[in-house]
Amino acid sequence: MNDELLNTLSSIIANATPLVIASLGETITERVGVVNLSLDGSIILSAMIGFAAAMVTGNAIVGLIAAMIVGALIALIVAAAGIELKQDQVAIGFVLTLLCADLAQFLGDPYARQPGPQILKTPIPLLQDIPLLGPVFFRQTLLVYFSYILVIGMWYWLFRTRQGLALRAVGERPETAFARGTRVNRLRYIYVGVGGALVGLAGASYSLSVKAGWTTPPSMAGDGWIALAIVIFGGWHPFRVVLGAYLFASLRAFATVAQRSANLGIPVVILNGIPWVLMIVTLVLVSSGTIERLLRVLPRPVQKFSRNFLRSDPPAALGTRFDAE
Amino acid sequence: MKDQSWVTRLAFGVAPILVSALVSALLIILVGADPIAVASKLWSGAFSDLASASNVINLWIPLTLASVGLVVTFTAGLWNIGVEGQILMGALFASGVALHWKIPAPFLVPIEIIMAMLGGALWAMLVGSLKVYLGVHEIFGGVALNALANVIAITLITGPWKEGGNSRGTAPFSPDAVLPPISPQIDFSLLAFLIVIASFVIMWLALRGTRWGLQLKATGKNARSALLLGVPTSRSTLSAFVVCGLLAGIAGSYRVLFTFGNLRPLVSGGIGFLALLVVLLVSMRVLWVPVVTFIFAILLGGSAKLKIDLRLDASLVGVMQETVVLIVLLFSGLRQRIQERRNRIDHPKPVSITATVENQRVIGDSFE
Repeated sequence: MNDELLNTLSSIIANATPLVIASLGETITERVGVVNLSLDGSIILSAMIGFAAAMVTGNAIVGLIAAMIVGALIALIVAAAGIELKQDQVAIGFVLTLLCADLAQFLGDPYARQPGPQILKTPIPLLQDIPLLGPVFFRQTLLVYFSYILVIGMWYWLFRTRQGLALRAVGERPETAFARGTRVNRLRYIYVGVGGALVGLAGASYSLSVKAGWTTPPSMAGDGWIALAIVIFGGWHPFRVVLGAYLFASLRAFATVAQRSANLGIPVVILNGIPWVLMIVTLVLVSSGTIERLLRVLPRPVQKFSRNFLRSDPPAALGTRFDAE
Repeated sequence: MKDQSWVTRLAFGVAPILVSALVSALLIILVGADPIAVASKLWSGAFSDLASASNVINLWIPLTLASVGLVVTFTAGLWNIGVEGQILMGALFASGVALHWKIPAPFLVPIEIIMAMLGGALWAMLVGSLKVYLGVHEIFGGVALNALANVIAITLITGPWKEGGNSRGTAPFSPDAVLPPISPQIDFSLLAFLIVIASFVIMWLALRGTRWGLQLKATGKNARSALLLGVPTSRSTLSAFVVCGLLAGIAGSYRVLFTFGNLRPLVSGGIGFLALLVVLLVSMRVLWVPVVTFIFAILLGGSAKLKIDLRLDASLVGVMQETVVLIVLLFSGLRQRIQERRNRIDHPKPVSITATVENQRVIGDSFE
């Protein structure tokens, strides 16, 4: 029983990892003021390219790099169309979502249902022997460990460095940042590219690890939208975004287990609806001010701490264009 | 844009189409096929005989209905991605009537269509209410409700409605419950065709000449100032969703009452997403909608033979359509940029060190 619980927890961490990486990629993209709505398609296309590259070369690392390049390129199209060509980022992102998904299906046809390389688990010596924590957190793939470092690194970069301050300033008040000598659009290109590469990595971590292989229709379809919602749920804060991703994966796992064990006679299809109900419920909780109202009931000191953590305003300049004339 | 010569305008009209044709051709060569063969297959797939030409009309009808509906929501500044689910809900409601309601023949089809409109409007109203009352952006509400509509459809097909059918669809509807074709050769429904024409004309007039249309435009341009000027923006938003849902519902009913004759999973076949592409392409000029939907319907109708004859995945047609839209959007940006640069050379502005931030339709706006 105990082993079973540990296995479930460990698989939740593993299954949540692509969501963690993708939503962190989108977090940094939106923090700098750009909306990359193409997440769902980006993840699908980079998963396909990543798998194909790994299969052809027999090397999973090549797959990861290829997927990151694909993700970064797609994100840069969104950024360039917004910055240079003054197009609506949402429109470009939406068209790219559809285009990438269809492109993946078209180009991925020869690779569908083929065996290919996988990223295997690498337990960390010493750490893996810690009771409870070891089996859950430290007997995972390198991608999972990377996601731990990424969260802490992104938090540190955003809130504890000068560059992070400039990044946030560009997303909140680009004109002020510009007046202080920040090159607004250059920073946007850089961070959107980095964010896109992370989204690509998330795609590859589906096709090379969590849901290894390539199928049509793709098994991870829809998760890009979930990741976009997790960024909002997470209030554009790395720790909360990650919490959201883990919470989401846990609820999903819990629903699966409940359905399997209880024999409630609910058709399996309804399972597919659960993530979407969760998505709406969480967005309602965040957007309608319910959380704010709950906070007011708490004692003062807790309120002060939790308000910082639970802030849910988007970056002020999100989706807008900046022109230095 | 008026001071651009006709040569520039023609070049910017033709160039995106040439470029996207080139991109598609390169893609086809990449997978080892012949672009010319693909083009001729698409053409013959769409026009080789009356049956395939009718098939194009059968795709054009729901696509145009959904696109006209989306022009309404786009005018109000709304990204109604949920249209796919609204089509599906229309199909579901029509199927429910067709399978289970005992109604005399002459009234059956009209009631099916009316129920389909209600179904589409209900699903659209959910997206709209989530946005207006609970602050959930319509893109997220729409995506989630699309998926949920799909889950409901599959649950019904494999559960309560499975009598006489199988996992790939319900039992076929009775002959009284479906729309009749014009003739066995000209295989599309006259009634539906007339409904499309009527809704196109009504929406064209309503958007340009009524108070409601003006309020939608004001809401779409700048919701905050519209509200300050006394436009009931919440009501405009909801009404735009409802109108789009009504039209999407009819589109869904056409898929089950004519195209398939029963309810199946994925009954919409992506028509809602295709309609979104159409509206992005025509950028709210409703008069162009029937033309663009016709071209898209030809591509879609022609794609049927790609898999059988050339062993290419039918998603190629989706790639082609999406490439066109992407490249047209990029080119229109390029054209504006060139225009602005030319204006700046003609009328140089005094140099200033001020910076401007221009608000586009801001997605973050309604996250608040």
